[in-house]
Amino acid sequence: MSRTRGPVAATGGRGHGVRAGGRGPVAAGIALGGVLVASLLGAVLIGPAELSAAEVGRSLATHLRLDLLLGPLGLEVEPLSPIRDGMVWHLRAPRALTAAAVGAGLAVCGVVMQSLTRNPLADPYLLGLSSGASLGAVLVLVAGGAAALALLPVAAFAGAVLALAAALGLAGALGQVTPTRTVLAGLAISQMCSAAVSFVIFWSVKGDAFREVMSWLMGSVGSATWTSVAVTGIATLVLGTGLMLCGSILDAFTFGESAAATLGVDVQRARWGLLVAVALLTGALVSQSGSIGFVGLILPHAVRLVTGARHRLLLPLSALAGASFLVWADTLARTVFAPRELPVGIVTAAVGAPVFAFLLWKGRSRA
Amino acid sequence: MTDRSPSSPSITPGRLPAGQAPPTSAPAAPAPAGPGREARHQPQDTGLAADRVSWGVDGRLVLDGVALAAPGAAVTGLLGPNGSGKSTLLRAIAGVRPPDDGGVVFDGDDLLRLGRRARARTLALVEQDAGTDLPVTVHDAVLLGRIPHRSLLAGPSDADRETADRALERAGAAELADREVATLSGGERQRVHLARALAQTPRLLLLDEPTNHLDVAAQLHTMRVLRTLADDGVTVLAALHDLNLAAATCDHVVLIDRGRVVAAGPTAQVLVPEIIEPTYGVSCDVLRHPRTGRPVLTFSTAPVPGSVH
Ligand SMILES: Nc1ncnc2c1ncn2[C@@H]1O[C@H](COP(=O)(O)OP(=O)(O)O)[C@@H](O)[C@H]1O
Ligand SMILES: [Mg+2]
Repeated sequence: MSRTRGPVAATGGRGHGVRAGGRGPVAAGIALGGVLVASLLGAVLIGPAELSAAEVGRSLATHLRLDLLLGPLGLEVEPLSPIRDGMVWHLRAPRALTAAAVGAGLAVCGVVMQSLTRNPLADPYLLGLSSGASLGAVLVLVAGGAAALALLPVAAFAGAVLALAAALGLAGALGQVTPTRTVLAGLAISQMCSAAVSFVIFWSVKGDAFREVMSWLMGSVGSATWTSVAVTGIATLVLGTGLMLCGSILDAFTFGESAAATLGVDVQRARWGLLVAVALLTGALVSQSGSIGFVGLILPHAVRLVTGARHRLLLPLSALAGASFLVWADTLARTVFAPRELPVGIVTAAVGAPVFAFLLWKGRSRA
Repeated sequence: MTDRSPSSPSITPGRLPAGQAPPTSAPAAPAPAGPGREARHQPQDTGLAADRVSWGVDGRLVLDGVALAAPGAAVTGLLGPNGSGKSTLLRAIAGVRPPDDGGVVFDGDDLLRLGRRARARTLALVEQDAGTDLPVTVHDAVLLGRIPHRSLLAGPSDADRETADRALERAGAAELADREVATLSGGERQRVHLARALAQTPRLLLLDEPTNHLDVAAQLHTMRVLRTLADDGVTVLAALHDLNLAAATCDHVVLIDRGRVVAAGPTAQVLVPEIIEPTYGVSCDVLRHPRTGRPVLTFSTAPVPGSVH
């Protein structure tokens, strides 16, 4: 399994602890999977209202119909009181799972965008997706009303997809869709949408609506329901898995587009396919959580320190790490200033910015 | 795209009748073929043959009906002044930037019609200055060359790793295996890219100024690697800007200028003052290498009386 140059590989890895082909990657995957499960359980346990592990277990067992399994064994599962049960099953569980799905999806999208544009500053929102989604969401929030609120995810998704179409259209109108043009077109669309969002807020948002809008703009999973879990979970499972299977294609882009072409990759098709998949996934995530920053930017960098740029490792490990990261960030967001809650985007930025600076410092030998 | 028989373009000693104004008189006395390599001629159905390859941008023809042949199991040098279209031609042949017109045949296969992955298993292109900011180790970078040889869903196999190790050794980069590509010097990176191309196990190897950034020993090492590859049956076409390097190692050279072939043929017949002087606009004398007997070119800027510009 390992390469013949054993001693060199063992000592000369320059921090690349996880070597291709060894048992390392699998072990790392299992470890990160374990961390994620523990994080999810921790997130459901931790909070201002004291819930014991036994209570959480009883609630989960009841809803997952484990009593059917345990009953014949002589183990009675006594249901919780509706209020405490609701806390586990209707508040904390969907919230933690949504955070996990969003974190995983954003991390995968971040890896793909950075590798595809070969730009270390790229993130899932690069093509104006978050600004487009924000515009859609803010317009709905301003229009107000309960019915409008139900439309919010749809409007956000539509905004994201329209922004993507505009950005790619603009990049295409400039000529061949090169990474630089993609970045610049995304920036232009992003700024335009941001200006529109600011204008709408400045013009018409007051009071409670203002807090609602701000919380959405900063990103939050505070109002996650089982619908959010379904939307983000399915999007991450389907599109995220699809992206994860493109590891070899992304590898081929390591030295640029013509190097990818000489390795047999259909560069145009690969680029469009990957960009559209990233946009749809990001749009689905943003529609439920708002645009949570920094996850898609720093997680890929952090995981790359361990895996190197081998995407077949980098993608799944980033997904797992991103999921755990956002679960903990959200747990912090609702507990540090409890009973007041912060939008999780503030926490990811507060944690992410220094981590990002540290990663830049770690990688200084390269630049 | 026009179809044509694969064997139509052939190496003509001296000039190609490519339709352009021939630069003055033909070389009066073709230099005697040096001992060994120049004498070797392959049958024309092996090797690379490009015919009437054209590519333009913004209404300007960068490649204007280029016809060239690179015989199998030989090293062919692609020479020409800066901006003459060498890189563009290599990319056209490699299918990275398919030509607007013309055909490229290799060992009887139409390269431009071959599937992408089949083409990537047939030929490799080493481009200039391909860098990355990503933290990728040299060994992993060389392993990329195996991508066309396996399913896109599969990871590198043990055999792939061994091929990569051998490619690294052959390119003289084995000791770099665990370094990060972004920390390498230009010359070291050049060797890594050569190793990546070798890991592709191509039958046709295209190189764009592979000796850039290299010191003289490393240049000679690279050219020796190309020689041994050719001896193993690989068709090698390398864009070179150092005419003396081409003179010392290439079996054949193709000289292009402003997107057209000026001359092509055995090295000693093309690297003569009558051809070099008008193309590069310098004065040139050709000496014999005292030990190898191969041409050595010396240059001066003085205008040459009697040369036509
Ligand atoms: N994509 C492009 N757009 C515009 N001009 C190009 C492009 N690619 C190459 N050229 C032009 O084509 C000519 C040949 O370039 P190139 O093949 O790089 O020359 P060489 O490698 O021989 O120095 C140059 O004048 C260059 O400016
Ligand atoms: Mg060039």
